[in-house]
Amino acid sequence: MDARFDVELVSVTKRYANATAVDDVSLRIPRASYCCLLGPSGCGKTTTLRMIAGHEAVTDGDILIRGANVTVAPPIRRGTAMMFQSYALFPHLNCLDNVAFSLKMRGIGKAERNRKAHAFLALMHMEGFAQRLPAQLSGGQQQRVALARALITQPRVLLLDEPLSALDPFLRIKVREELKRLQRELAITFIHVTHSQDEAMAMADLMVVMEDGRIRQAGPPREVFEQPTSAFVARFIGGHNVLSGDRGPIAVRADRCRLGTPGDGPHLSGRVAAVEYQGGVVRVALAIDDGDEISALVPDATFYRAPLEPGDPATFVWSEQDVHVLQSA
Amino acid sequence: MLAGSGRISGPSADRPWTFYALATLFGAWLLFLYGPMAVIYVLSFQGPNGGVTFPMVGTSLTWFRDIFRPEQMANLPAAFLRSIELAAVVSILTVIISVSAGLGFRRRFPGSGVLFYLAVASLVMPSLLVGFGIGLGFQVLGLPHGLFTSALGAQLTWTLPFGLFTMFAVVNRFNRTYEEAANDLGASPWQRLRYVTLPILMPGIIGIAMGAFTLSYDEYARTTLTIGTRNTLPLEIYALISSATSPTLFAIGTMTTAVSFLLIGITLAVVLRMQRKRRQLAGEQ
Repeated sequence: MDARFDVELVSVTKRYANATAVDDVSLRIPRASYCCLLGPSGCGKTTTLRMIAGHEAVTDGDILIRGANVTVAPPIRRGTAMMFQSYALFPHLNCLDNVAFSLKMRGIGKAERNRKAHAFLALMHMEGFAQRLPAQLSGGQQQRVALARALITQPRVLLLDEPLSALDPFLRIKVREELKRLQRELAITFIHVTHSQDEAMAMADLMVVMEDGRIRQAGPPREVFEQPTSAFVARFIGGHNVLSGDRGPIAVRADRCRLGTPGDGPHLSGRVAAVEYQGGVVRVALAIDDGDEISALVPDATFYRAPLEPGDPATFVWSEQDVHVLQSA
Repeated sequence: MLAGSGRISGPSADRPWTFYALATLFGAWLLFLYGPMAVIYVLSFQGPNGGVTFPMVGTSLTWFRDIFRPEQMANLPAAFLRSIELAAVVSILTVIISVSAGLGFRRRFPGSGVLFYLAVASLVMPSLLVGFGIGLGFQVLGLPHGLFTSALGAQLTWTLPFGLFTMFAVVNRFNRTYEEAANDLGASPWQRLRYVTLPILMPGIIGIAMGAFTLSYDEYARTTLTIGTRNTLPLEIYALISSATSPTLFAIGTMTTAVSFLLIGITLAVVLRMQRKRRQLAGEQ
């Protein structure tokens, strides 16, 4: 019974007939944090979320929410609420009835549940759409209604399955700000599944990188970015060059690589494979002799003082303290 | 030059010859489909002295009145009522059983394959044989044939596989996430069925009810050997066709068609009303 954590996973495993989707995963999510489960598709992040939600049976291990073991409890007894990737708003009910649904299931009278549902629609700035059917709303509006419907159950933990994937890029950035603000205002834990490292870095207090059904690294985004533990994590979160050093694999951040000339310090030479203008920086990809490609993020002013074209010879240099040693795989 | 402008001015310009060929074929098909029926409808209004072929000798409702004249075809209205009653019961049973089965079949269970093939086998079996088997079975067991016993059973062998197949198609398009969302929001299994699954499936379920009703309403082969002494409408009509040779037959045809269209019309009206009500609910306040 440890009340410092909203969610604790203890050696949680999910096995199917011939595959292990989640393998011995342990994780503690502190009170009121924004946790992102991050990983490539098939890494087990969605299965983990669905086990926390109670939509997927746990093969082995335990799930605790605020200290209570909920491993076999039905969803509603867990104090969780889920926002589905497709939102799963009931198509035959208007927004008000969708939001009031859980109250109706609990047998709360019509006047009372409509009053509360209106309040939660108002919280999501959707009070004007109470009588609309889901099909009459845009994707972003449907998401707000889905959020209202999940939050009206007053969950301790809100589970979000790829909540931003159905939105266009501009809206995505706006909504992620709103989600983060909502989480802070409600002071409950959000667990957010995503395959976008940008999203996870921008939003998470706790970033959990998964691969092959296991957690590869969990920590604050800055810690994960500055000290990735393995080559996989360094590659997946991006912005790193994974190289082989004297004592195994090393990572060097792309923004710490500079264009220069071979000297005493660490360096690599090759031919420019690609030049991408990204606004404040220019990404230069270098094809080195062993066939690998590494990149450097060069400030635009520096780059355009001596611009390079694909095919030009170039050398990347970095300093010794920028070398981060990775666990050998 | 405006030479090219004609080509994009509208779809009427320059259709390929295949369009006209196919349009002719389609027209011929429509004529083939509705021509004979139209002839029957027209001839059913034959004058009192006319016969079963053209020309029309005036127009009258004589032959319609004939249907209801007691000494001639006293059984027809009774047979019609029996048909409607049977069709209603068949329709209700088909909906209950095939909807439950369709929902059950979403999950693979031991023997589900065998069960499925057993259920649909009666679609493949010659209908007359099914009827004969059921009729014989009742006889062997010493049970009397009847409308709501042997005939009902025989019709269900026809409507249930149909209902099950329709339900598979309906269920296939149903997104199970809705059910998960209902669980997530604390619905019990019954509440989930009542407030989420069934309402979302309702259009398909109405389709099954209508389909089963019409299949039953004009079923002949299976019913004829299991009905016992009191006929349904198709059996009664068939008996009349083999004995009577007057425009009364045509009048019967017109009447039964009118009833079918009336049923379809009522169902459509109900569905439309439901939709409008739902939209009104969505629009008011």
